Amino acid sequence: MKNIATSVDAATTKSRATQILGFVVLFGVLALILLGFFAAPEDDEQRDAVRMIFVHVPSAFLTYAAFSVTAAGSLMWLWKRSRWWDIVAHSAAEIGVIFCGLTLFTGSVWGRPTWNTYWDWGDVRLVTTLILFLMMVGYLALRAAGGEENAVATRAAVVGLLAAVNIPIINRSVEWWANRTLHQRSSLTDGNLEDLTLFTLVVGIVVWVLFFVWAMIHRFRIGWLEHQLRDIELQAAIAGRRAETANDPTGGSLP
Amino acid sequence: MLADVWLVTNKDLRIEWRSRVTFNQVVPFALIVLVLFGFALDTNRAVLRAATSGVFWLTVLFVAVVAVTRSTMIEISDGARRALLLGGIEPVAIYFGKTLAIAIQLFGVELLMVGGVIFFFDATIASWPLLLATCVVATWCVAASGTLLGALVANVAARDTVLPILLLPVLAPVLIAASRAFDDALGVLVVDGWVWLGLLAAFGIVNATLGTLAYGTLLEEA
Amino acid sequence: MTHLGYLLVGWSVSLGCGVLYAMRIAFRGRVLSRQVPADKRRWMQSSDHSNNDY
Repeated sequence: MKNIATSVDAATTKSRATQILGFVVLFGVLALILLGFFAAPEDDEQRDAVRMIFVHVPSAFLTYAAFSVTAAGSLMWLWKRSRWWDIVAHSAAEIGVIFCGLTLFTGSVWGRPTWNTYWDWGDVRLVTTLILFLMMVGYLALRAAGGEENAVATRAAVVGLLAAVNIPIINRSVEWWANRTLHQRSSLTDGNLEDLTLFTLVVGIVVWVLFFVWAMIHRFRIGWLEHQLRDIELQAAIAGRRAETANDPTGGSLP
Repeated sequence: MLADVWLVTNKDLRIEWRSRVTFNQVVPFALIVLVLFGFALDTNRAVLRAATSGVFWLTVLFVAVVAVTRSTMIEISDGARRALLLGGIEPVAIYFGKTLAIAIQLFGVELLMVGGVIFFFDATIASWPLLLATCVVATWCVAASGTLLGALVANVAARDTVLPILLLPVLAPVLIAASRAFDDALGVLVVDGWVWLGLLAAFGIVNATLGTLAYGTLLEEA
Repeated sequence: MTHLGYLLVGWSVSLGCGVLYAMRIAFRGRVLSRQVPADKRRWMQSSDHSNNDY
């Protein structure tokens, strides 16, 4: 089989497909800036502050999409023990944490002019997303703490599932606790967005999804390379051990 | 099965009875945290009373981190974990046994802390049944997640720092729900504490189920 | 345009984080690729076959 990666450059994680995808994302971002700042109309109440929706909502959407991939990958690792799914779970978690951080950040910056506050403890989605962020930061910290490869994968998978099953409970508890929300019910299903605003929002989500795919492919390949490197190191260690016993005059017993 | 659960619980409690680690270190720690919150929150009685439930359960979470660490240490020293598995005890029985042992110890600490908040924070108990039921259910929740995550980090080198960052966010709903139920039990706030108890029960069931499913895998592989 | 400051901060941080992260993984991919022989860099066959050659 011809190696697609080496057909472009011998020592990178890019391939023809990711290069094209990368350019599409770049043009998508340019289009989104033009649409978001110049084409989409301002809101009657929020005025131009509404333009934050085009970065905030896609980030929020991708946060939950990425962590769903992590949960699925965790489940698949525990079921099939396939390295592929383990790396997918790890990659999605890392990218998801970035999106989650951006969701919280853009939400706060948007909240200041529209809700008159950066942070509101009474808002369900805000607080739920924050707790999810903290759990997934813990997930990455656990991964970073290291250890034997399979053990790390199993630990991380359990934490990934733990986060996923607790999200509905966290959401419910925050909702009862605060009993009020500042968020619009749902910007997409409400139907009271201007056509062009809605269109721009969809473009934003598509661009973010494409970026997610691009980043997932690259991040997956990094995970794959790290796995291969550990393998190479292990092989070298075994070879070294064999050489040692071969020179041992008493005759080592390693097979 | 139930006999095995009790065997493990009994083992952990007996180790505690002989070593008195929880009693000698965790109880003073809990009381110190309560007293420090007293300083932090001013001499104003109204503020103290309003914050009592939250302070109580936050202290319980801190104590839980210490208790779970201790419970994990028991198993990793001298390869006790492997011995338990080799002894033919089901991982599920080990999970529930250790959860029960942590829960019983935490419950004991909580009873002393109730005395502490009555004494230092001027708390009055409006409903003892709700108060005790909240303690029982919330303690089970804390112990169920704690035992699972304790086994999960057992062989991680940075175990002492990784455990709190994993455990505390997971326990956020327990802190919220138990504090609200306590608000009702202490007569601080007009809410229905029993509804919050239902949410705690749901948390306990979900997390104990996940623990049941994952504990064996973690013991053998992680 | 109203709220321009807020908009610029929100948008530039979002896009900036995306660009920085993309550069980070592209760079890390290059560094790692150089350490792994070409025949082990076949991500198109993604099943786990790394443990066969012991």
